[in-house]
Amino acid sequence: MELNKIKRKQLLRVGGMTGKYLFRVLTLLLASSAIAFILVSLSPVDPVQQYVLGAGNVSMEQREAIAEYWGLNEPPVQRYFSWLSALLRGDMGASLLYRRPVATVIGERFVNTLALMTTSWIFSGLIGFGLGCVMGLRKGKWMDSILKRICLILCSVPTFWLGLIFLLVFSVRLGWFPVGLSSPIGVMNAEVSIWQRLYHLALPALTLSFVSVANVALHTRQKLVDVLESDYVLFARARGEGTWTIMKRHGFRNILLPAVTLQFASFAELFGGSVLAENVFSYPGLGSAAAAAGLSSDVPLLLGVTLISVLFVFTGNFFANIIYSAVDPRIRKERPHGLSNGD
Amino acid sequence: MDYQMVIDAPQSGMNRRVKTAVVCGLLLALLIGVFAAGALITDADVAPDFSKKLQAPSWEYPFGTDWLGRNMLLRTVKGLSLSITVGAAASAVSAILATVIGIAAATGSKWMDSAISWVIDLVMGIPHLVLLILISFACGRGLNGLLIGISLTHWTSLARLVRAEALQIRGQQYIAVSRRLGCSRVWVLWSHILPHIVPQFAVGLVLLFPHAILHESALSFLGYGLPPEQPAIGIILSESMKYLTSGMWWPAFFPGAALVLVVMLFDKLGDNMKTLLDPYSAHE
Repeated sequence: MELNKIKRKQLLRVGGMTGKYLFRVLTLLLASSAIAFILVSLSPVDPVQQYVLGAGNVSMEQREAIAEYWGLNEPPVQRYFSWLSALLRGDMGASLLYRRPVATVIGERFVNTLALMTTSWIFSGLIGFGLGCVMGLRKGKWMDSILKRICLILCSVPTFWLGLIFLLVFSVRLGWFPVGLSSPIGVMNAEVSIWQRLYHLALPALTLSFVSVANVALHTRQKLVDVLESDYVLFARARGEGTWTIMKRHGFRNILLPAVTLQFASFAELFGGSVLAENVFSYPGLGSAAAAAGLSSDVPLLLGVTLISVLFVFTGNFFANIIYSAVDPRIRKERPHGLSNGD
Repeated sequence: MDYQMVIDAPQSGMNRRVKTAVVCGLLLALLIGVFAAGALITDADVAPDFSKKLQAPSWEYPFGTDWLGRNMLLRTVKGLSLSITVGAAASAVSAILATVIGIAAATGSKWMDSAISWVIDLVMGIPHLVLLILISFACGRGLNGLLIGISLTHWTSLARLVRAEALQIRGQQYIAVSRRLGCSRVWVLWSHILPHIVPQFAVGLVLLFPHAILHESALSFLGYGLPPEQPAIGIILSESMKYLTSGMWWPAFFPGAALVLVVMLFDKLGDNMKTLLDPYSAHE
């Protein structure tokens, strides 16, 4: 009985927290859509001019008609709400650049970007964690100092430059990989095999993972060093446990969660990195679409990609929060004592 | 190991603190040197010379020449100087914004604190590069968009740091005593809290440089920054992409490597300043 009561209380508390969190996310999403909308409305670029650019002679009356049709003569607030209501119905408008519905363009490209980001996310997570463990275990030794230096250099390397260097080394010099595009030219989309896709994915994914590896590695190293210097590890050593046993019993348990949380919280940087990597390798994903949309003043597409990226980041933060507050037994247990910051 | 250092220190003539300060000075001098060198290079020095087009690195042209026969070394230095200028302006604005906002969050009402943390979440929720693209688009691209974008988006993490620091100071007893003795909130803020924030501000300012410079080059690379005739590193690199397939590696390699070097120098400078200014590590 007592246990059930506590469980129910805990559930209620988690429910309340989730509700609060969801409310916050909702307001943030709304605000970011508003910010994006305000920013694109501030632009000095005339959307009608941009639209008729390729169409040759267009009379003033036709321009007026287009502006009228798009509702450009209405006040911005009204435009925002009509855009928002259309958005909620699933209508994101039509891309000027690709002359297709934004939702379709984003849908196609999201798959590509997701493949790229997932690969590099997992890759950088595993390698970064491994490197961090090695560095932490060998703290102060030559291996640690070399790896640490490499990580610190990687932190200062711009994604696109690393991409260029990879392109230079692996594609141009060694000829192992193609110079871009996610599929071979002149082949129907459906006929592209999974191997060909992976082949074209490899370099951008490698670039993207290299950039984010350093963060996880350095973080994990620091955590592991802290753990290894703790009293309980000293006691374990005194009991005669070997390094591997200590890692298994104390190390991994303490450093795995922060690393996973960090990986989830890095979705924003991952997206930013993918914009650059996709542009270098002309990989047809969301990132290259965002850059192209901004350059060619394709407002609906730019807005759409922005929203998707914001949603993506919030999903990452959501998981990071859940892991942080629900999975970690220390944080889970600490709360009921009233030690939390009063919310 | 620590004992060893204590024993070593008097022998070398300089203690750690002086050494760190010297390193700081050297790094700063180097960066100012790069900036000044870039400012001294005139347009005539990087004028096209078609007779010397696409030359590989040599003694005369250490970084080689590009497809217009321009000296890549001079272009790179000029680009770095430009990056440092943009970085300086943007970091200064960002650091000031961060300090003001962070202190406001820590010393203002609870309502203000949660409002500011909401805004920080908002700015951090939009991927940085996407937000930069949006702001640059709103300003019609060009230098203004670049400067405004980078200045307005880099303050968030420093603001959080400043807020935490100010909150910690605000909880100290001498602040309470000061208030009880009848000092006004503004006076306490000005003479007790602000002086403690100055080191944070200075270190934060320098550590913002690398981010600002990297984002500047990324934006220019995507085509949002300066007009293409300007020798910004991002523009040089995006031009070099066209010549990559024909095996010309120097227009891509050297400018990027130089950029990485400058970014690392700023990082190093910030770290050294931190050890110098942080009371916990100042006398190590």
